[in-house]
Amino acid sequence: MTESVITTDAVTVTAVDKVFEAAAGQVVALSGIDLVVEPGEFVSLIGPSGCGKSTLLRLIADLDTPSSGSVEVFGTSAHQARVDQKYGIAFQQAGLLPWRSVAANIALPLELHGSSSVETRERVAELIALVGLDDFGDRYPDELSGGMQQRVAIARALAKKPELLLMDEPFGALDEMTREYMQTELLRISAETGAAVVFVTHSIPEAVYLSDRVVVMSPRPGRIAAVVPMALGSTASRADDLREDGAFFEMITAVREALHGGAPASSARGVENR
Amino acid sequence: MQAATVARAPSRRTRTAPPASRARARAWGFGALGLAALAALWELYKLLGPADGLVIGEVRVLPRTSDLAMPHIWETAGRLFEPVTRAEGARVLWLEVAIAASLTLGIAAAGWIVGVTVGLLLALVMQRWRLAESAALPWIILSQTVPLIAFAPVVKSWGSRIEIGAFEWQDWMSVAVIASYLAFFPVAVGALKGFQSPDRLHLELMRSYSVGWWQTMRYLRIPAAVPYLLPALRLAAANAVVGAVVAEVSTGLQGGIGRLVIQYAGQASGDPAKAWAPILGAIALGLIAAGSVALMGALARNYRRTEDAS
Ligand SMILES: Nc1ncnc2c1ncn2[C@@H]1O[C@H](COP(=O)(O)OP(=O)(O)OP(=O)(O)O)[C@@H](O)[C@H]1O
Ligand SMILES: [Mg+2]
Repeated sequence: MTESVITTDAVTVTAVDKVFEAAAGQVVALSGIDLVVEPGEFVSLIGPSGCGKSTLLRLIADLDTPSSGSVEVFGTSAHQARVDQKYGIAFQQAGLLPWRSVAANIALPLELHGSSSVETRERVAELIALVGLDDFGDRYPDELSGGMQQRVAIARALAKKPELLLMDEPFGALDEMTREYMQTELLRISAETGAAVVFVTHSIPEAVYLSDRVVVMSPRPGRIAAVVPMALGSTASRADDLREDGAFFEMITAVREALHGGAPASSARGVENR
Repeated sequence: MQAATVARAPSRRTRTAPPASRARARAWGFGALGLAALAALWELYKLLGPADGLVIGEVRVLPRTSDLAMPHIWETAGRLFEPVTRAEGARVLWLEVAIAASLTLGIAAAGWIVGVTVGLLLALVMQRWRLAESAALPWIILSQTVPLIAFAPVVKSWGSRIEIGAFEWQDWMSVAVIASYLAFFPVAVGALKGFQSPDRLHLELMRSYSVGWWQTMRYLRIPAAVPYLLPALRLAAANAVVGAVVAEVSTGLQGGIGRLVIQYAGQASGDPAKAWAPILGAIALGLIAAGSVALMGALARNYRRTEDAS
C-alpha cells in the first residue's frame, strides 16, 4: 500500500486478444486491445453488436481471462483486483436477489466480506440516500420499477467504495425518460464517489453525455477503432441542458463518424443514433 | 411420476393474489366441498350400483355395494364413537385409531427427518461435483424402483443384527429407515434442481465478490432452492407416511396404524364399519404431515418472491 505510486492507472489493458473456442470454430472476440483508464475517469465503450464490448468488460472484471496480453487494475492483476474487491459491477439486468429487501441487497457485498452489522447499516443508509431510494429500504425487488431496481444494483456496486465501477448497458432496459434521469444521477454519483467508470452502451448520446472519452470499437475481430475525447467540460459539471448544446451535437457527430470509420456512412448496425 | 412433480419449476410470473385470508378460506371451502362430493359419490354408487359390482372376465372393476363391502358413511362415522370391542373398559374406536396414528406419525417424522437430511446432503454433493451427479443420480432414481414389500424384511433382519454398546436396534427404527428411503428421493432431486437454478447473472455476481463455494451456496443457491424444496418436502412427508404404514405391515410392527388396518380388515366380516376407521386415520395422517410442511412453507414466504417487478 505504502509503496504504490499515486499515479497508478485504474485500468491498463495491454495487447489483449480473446479467442472463444466455439463448436463452429474459433471466434476472435478481441484483437490487439490497448486501453488505459485513469483514476476518476469516465470511459464509455461503444460499437455494433458483437464487437466485444461485454467481453472486454468481463476481462477487466476477471470474469473471464484473456487468451493473450495482460489486464491490470490499479497496478495488480485483474484476478488480484477481484479478490481485493477493487471494483463494483452492474449489468443490464439489475440481478437483485428476490428474497432480499432493498437494504439487504445493497448490504450483500458488505455481509459477504464480514463488515460489522453497525458498519453495514450505516453504509447502506448512506447508499440508499445516494441513489434516492430513501423510503424503499424495506421493499422487495418485485415491488420496484425497473429504474428503481437498477438504482439498487448501482448502490450495491458502490457498497465497498470501489475506485472502479464497471457497467454493462445498465440503462439498456429503461425507457428514454428514466434513462436520461439515471444518466444525470450517475454523473452525480460518480462525481461524489470519484470512482473511475468503464461504461458499455449502445447509445451514442448516452456515451457522449456521460464520458470523458468514448472508445469506439469495430467488429470481426473486435478492435478499438478510435478513441474520441469529449470536449464538454468535466463530467461533474454536466447537467441536462448540455443535451441541447451545440458542442454536444458536435461530439455526437464525431462519435458517429468514428463509428463509420471516418466516412459519414448512413448506418451502423446495432447502434442507436437517437 | 414423483420426479415429474418435483421437477416442475416454480412459476416466474407474479400473480396478483387475493388477500391471503380470503384465499385460505377459499382453499378450505374447496377442500370441504371435495369431501362432501366424495361422500355423496360413495352413497350414490351404493344406492344405484349393481349389488354384485361389475365383473369383466375374471376382474371385478367395480366393487360390491353390499353393507359388508361399502358401509354407509354415517355407519362408519358412528362406529368411531363406539368402543373398539365389547370387552369391559375397551377404548372408544377413534381414540384407539388416534393413538396408533400418533405412533406412526412419530415414526414417519423420524423417517422424514432422516430422509430430508440424506436427500439434502446428496444434492449438495451432486451440486459440488459434476462427477458425483452423473455417478449417483441414476442410482438414486433406480433406488425408487425396488419394491418396498421385498425390501422391508431385509431392513428388519439387518437392523436386528446391529448392536453398538448400549445401543440396540429397535423394530420401529426399521420402519423409520424404510420411510426415509421413500422420503429422501424427492428431496434429493428437488434440491439438486433448486441448487442449479440460479442464472449466470447471479453466479457471476457472486464470482465478482470473489467468494467460495460455500458462501455462494449459502447466499445464493440455498435460498434460490426454496421454491423447489417446498413441494419436495411436502411430497417427502406424504411418502414418509405411506412408507411407514406399508413398512409397519410388512415388518409386522405392533401398535401403529398399519397394524390396525390389517387387524381390523380381518374382523370386517363381523364389523365392516370398523375396518374403515384406521384407513380414515391413515388419510388424516397424510394430511397432517403434508399440512405441517405447508405451514413451514408459509414461514419461507420471502423466498418465493420473483425478481420481476410486478
Ligand atoms: N462465451 C462465449 N463463447 C463463444 N463466443 C462468445 C462468448 N462470449 C462472447 N462470444 C462472442 O464474442 C463476440 C463478442 O461478444 P460480446 O458479448 O463481447 O459482444 P458485445 O459487443 O457485448 O455485443 P452486444 O452489444 O450485443 O452486447 C461475439 O461474436 C460473441 O458471439
Ligand atoms: Mg454486450
